Amino acid sequence: MSYNEGMALTDEHIRALEKQAEAIRETIINMLVAAGSGHTAGPLGMADIFTAFYFHVLNHRPEQPEWEERDRLILSNGHICPVRYAAMAHAGYFPVNECLTLRKFGSRLQGHPERLRLPGMETTSGPLGEGLSQAAGVAYAIRMDNENRDVVRPDIMSGRTTSRHVYCLMSDGEQEEGNTWEAAMFAGKNKLSNLTAVMDRNNIQIDGMTEDVMPLEPLAEKYRAFNWHVLEVNGNDINAFIAAVDEAKAIHEKPTLIIAHTIPGKGVPEIEFDYHWHGKPPTAEEGKRFLKEIRTMGGKLPHEYA
Amino acid sequence: MLNKNAKLSAKVFADDIEKAPTRDGFGKGTVEAGKADPRIVVLCADLAESTRAEWFQKEFPERFIEMGVAEQNMATVAAGMALAGKIPFTASYAAFNPGRNYEQIRTTIALNNVSVKICGMHAGVSVGPDGATHQMLEDIGLMRMLPNMIVLTPGDAEEARKAVIAATATDGPVYIRFGRAATPVFTTPESPFRIGKALLLWESENPKIAILSTGSLSHTALVAARNLSEKGIETLVFHLPTVKPLDGEAVIDAAKRTGAVVTIEEHQAAGGFGSAVAEFLAEEHPVPLKRLGIQDQFGQSGSPEELLSHYGLDAMHIEEAVRAFVAK
Repeated sequence: MSYNEGMALTDEHIRALEKQAEAIRETIINMLVAAGSGHTAGPLGMADIFTAFYFHVLNHRPEQPEWEERDRLILSNGHICPVRYAAMAHAGYFPVNECLTLRKFGSRLQGHPERLRLPGMETTSGPLGEGLSQAAGVAYAIRMDNENRDVVRPDIMSGRTTSRHVYCLMSDGEQEEGNTWEAAMFAGKNKLSNLTAVMDRNNIQIDGMTEDVMPLEPLAEKYRAFNWHVLEVNGNDINAFIAAVDEAKAIHEKPTLIIAHTIPGKGVPEIEFDYHWHGKPPTAEEGKRFLKEIRTMGGKLPHEYA
Repeated sequence: MLNKNAKLSAKVFADDIEKAPTRDGFGKGTVEAGKADPRIVVLCADLAESTRAEWFQKEFPERFIEMGVAEQNMATVAAGMALAGKIPFTASYAAFNPGRNYEQIRTTIALNNVSVKICGMHAGVSVGPDGATHQMLEDIGLMRMLPNMIVLTPGDAEEARKAVIAATATDGPVYIRFGRAATPVFTTPESPFRIGKALLLWESENPKIAILSTGSLSHTALVAARNLSEKGIETLVFHLPTVKPLDGEAVIDAAKRTGAVVTIEEHQAAGGFGSAVAEFLAEEHPVPLKRLGIQDQFGQSGSPEELLSHYGLDAMHIEEAVRAFVAK
């Protein structure tokens, strides 16, 4: 797929991305069933956003994960790593088959992601509330270096320009961590406009709904008060999400937060919105059923493989 | 007698020996390292003056990052900056860095194995009047347990400067422990310093006991050794500015030559430097061993001298403890 920034996405392009997201969801179910443990709801809910990143937004080279000019994607809530692994595999970082080693002894795909084990995994994460700070640190360092070079460079291979933009994906639950707000304060103070954070606002956490466990709202107002530009978007609408990312890149005075409203368990109607699926994998039997639901979009569509 | 090869200060036993806090070595070392390497940045959590981060700030304002009172964020922002190719030094009191931000250090710096140099100031009871909350006595233990982490506890301001510079030459995480009080500068620019190497300070013909010490108490240990020698008790004194990796060769050498070891540190006797020596010797060359340090207590307000005396870590108490141990 080729694409130039600022160009509207074609319907064909969007359909191709949606198809890609469906393939990633299938891989997630397969890997969770094979692993026998892990998180289901978050990875499924974030499949569209990861598809948007790895197949459209990011400047990256799967065959050259340490490419200096790449955009950085820091995953803060490491527990949703199955979706990142699946998206990376489909993007060409490693064979899709390797996804079935998730959480197994000797695997590069640890239960929570580790930078040193898997090229392209920008950092090690899992303990919540630490990603936004790290992303802010990366953004700060890149901005320091940018003072001695062109911020935007042409990339001969892709025909796009590169700017080493930093993205941080985080959960809503980890907004309960104090470290997150220390990071928000720091990024706001330093006007880190090369940083875009994406919050997976799926409203669930292990012990229940976020607003019951520890009310978080009004999230947008809180971040605005910390000197962030805030956008809200349907995180399961790839087209809308990409438009929000483009808008974020156009904001030059502040870091931007995209609050992405997602449906936990998205794609498998019988578990959508159900917080009980935050931290458990499907059984083999459930896995088969879920795959069928994904392939038929919850029975709304006939599917050749369903 | 003094080990000539240690090239110690000519005034090592003089009353007018130069005194400076080891944190001065942080200030000097970061400025010196910063001149040599543009990747070095210093992050400080609202303690620029007392940590001496201010010295770097004055020299390199654009490479100094004020974090505010947010040590967890300081550790994690530093991890991010290291991921992007910088060599960050984080400066705050040891009670907060690594006391407050231990899990951030564990996950994003140690497990992540990035080149962040964690600098804990105001360690030990010699912080003085601030009292127990600010007298960090558990940092060596916390940090030496972490895989990938190097742990340095320099003996004086000059050695602290060298430790900072040596830390920049390593690829991974390093913890450096500094003190608040002015203590004797007993080493010189010529004194050898290498990460992982002990420094023999005092050597006798037929030593009965080896004193292994770390941090600024090594000068106190040296004074105690001289006093003991005058009373006919001969010792060896090793200063170990690196707790991890421990200089096993020197520790075994000390144990073999004397058959008995006393360890000294301004830290809980449990879990710190003495424990590291005890664990090592128990497996490699078991000998009778005594650990001097804080005995499962918190500190309190007082002058550094009063507190070190109260907790048995001044020259007189060390001398007594060594004599009692030899007599057993």
